[in-house]
Amino acid sequence: MDGVAESQRTLYPYVTGSSVVAIKYKDGILMAADMGGSYGSTLRYKSVERIKPVGKHSLLGASGEISDFQEILRYLDELILYDNMWDDGNSLGPKEVHNYLTRVMYNRRNKFNPLWNALVLGGVKNGQKYLGMVNMIGINFEDNHVATGLGNHLARPILRDEWHENLTFEEGVKLLEKCMRVLLYRDRSAVNKIQISKITDEGVTVFPPFSLKTYWEFSAFKNPTVGAEGSW
Amino acid sequence: MSPSLDLPAKGGFSFDLCRRNAMLENKGLKAPTFLKTGTTIVGLVFQDGVILGADTRATEGPIVADKNCEKIHYMAPNIYCCGAGTAADTEAVTDMVSSQLQLHRYHTGRESRVVTALTLLKKHLFNYQGHVSAALVLGGVDITGPHLHTIYPHGSTDTLPFATMGSGSLAAMSVFESKYKESLNRDEGIKLVVEAICAGIFNDLGSGSNVDVCVITKGHKEYLRNHLLPNPRTYVNPRGFEFPKKIEVLLTKITPLKEKVEVIEGDAMEE
Repeated sequence: MDGVAESQRTLYPYVTGSSVVAIKYKDGILMAADMGGSYGSTLRYKSVERIKPVGKHSLLGASGEISDFQEILRYLDELILYDNMWDDGNSLGPKEVHNYLTRVMYNRRNKFNPLWNALVLGGVKNGQKYLGMVNMIGINFEDNHVATGLGNHLARPILRDEWHENLTFEEGVKLLEKCMRVLLYRDRSAVNKIQISKITDEGVTVFPPFSLKTYWEFSAFKNPTVGAEGSW
Repeated sequence: MSPSLDLPAKGGFSFDLCRRNAMLENKGLKAPTFLKTGTTIVGLVFQDGVILGADTRATEGPIVADKNCEKIHYMAPNIYCCGAGTAADTEAVTDMVSSQLQLHRYHTGRESRVVTALTLLKKHLFNYQGHVSAALVLGGVDITGPHLHTIYPHGSTDTLPFATMGSGSLAAMSVFESKYKESLNRDEGIKLVVEAICAGIFNDLGSGSNVDVCVITKGHKEYLRNHLLPNPRTYVNPRGFEFPKKIEVLLTKITPLKEKVEVIEGDAMEE
């Protein structure tokens, strides 16, 4: 009996997505993630959409186990459905969805059966921008700029330095591209196929995937041991 | 029973006490922690030479043991080395190789080359199989040009135009990856190095306090100790130190220490 129960708990992730980076800008939230799904150290899936709209007011980006992300989307579908059934003119905003996700993640963690994700929840409701993050152990917080996984170490220092209130859309996209480029250079599980999404009071726009330009022409990289023959 | 010959240790670490230490730890004795330099160290090649940068915090677990330590070590008049990892290991290994380089200079009559320091360090670290926990950024300018190398505790090396090491290396690397260009001039180079170290200081808990910079060009070097102090003490008691009320100061006499022997200032062996 117990043997069956044991095999039902999540012990380690299988198909994973790498970092998600998101910032608040003048009109709402901008979120970027690459489209790779890694199976261990193999790049198995190259068109995984890791940013999805939730209800009318929110965007959810996820890194970590892809199957758990799909499960979370089903939970949220049910949540939004019940909210719509009330038909009371009120709809769940990003703060409420973030709270719901926090409860779900923390609850699963307490049962030692976590949903192996780090989620980024951003949205705008009635002109109020909201951007938050939830972890697989239930850590949640709200900030002007968030990142998951290696993005915390590589992207957040850049954002702490260069983010300011009222970024325009172009400035925001440039800043996100800068972060995703550093992640592409230095994260082994990153793919050069980025998807950016934005959410404003008017609604959600998911932009088509694009690839970043990378620069490999430093003369020192081409000929690193000039003058130091034999070393590497 | 034939007498067993105990061969003397041939060098390297002796692991004789490991079993006894494990037994003591089982019995509840806590092993002493070692002083680490949770660190941000960086190096950059610019058009005239090499710029090295480092923070100044030394940690012992969660405590800051030294608020203003020196992580840029002297190797030769034209070569400096930043060290991350166990403070004792980085100090000892750079001191040792610095002495070996000096002897080599006497022997050859020439200026030391960066690859010489690189090979001496790499040999030593590989010999100790990673147990000497020193991660180094070695930079200098010699007759063949400016060079920048990273050396890992297990003995592998990389030759790079820009490099970061230590716990704050990712924060510093994000600055380098987004802002590095070829043929920077001196001011731009120093500015970029300071930005990278500050990214480490403010985003990594193992790094902090001040920024040290060292600029090495052909025939000239500048060691800018505490080039930037972005963490000053904010609240200083304006009254200074006061003796407790019960103590009465009766007499104040200051005696300067007299020199018995005149010391001739020769070639100062820098620390």
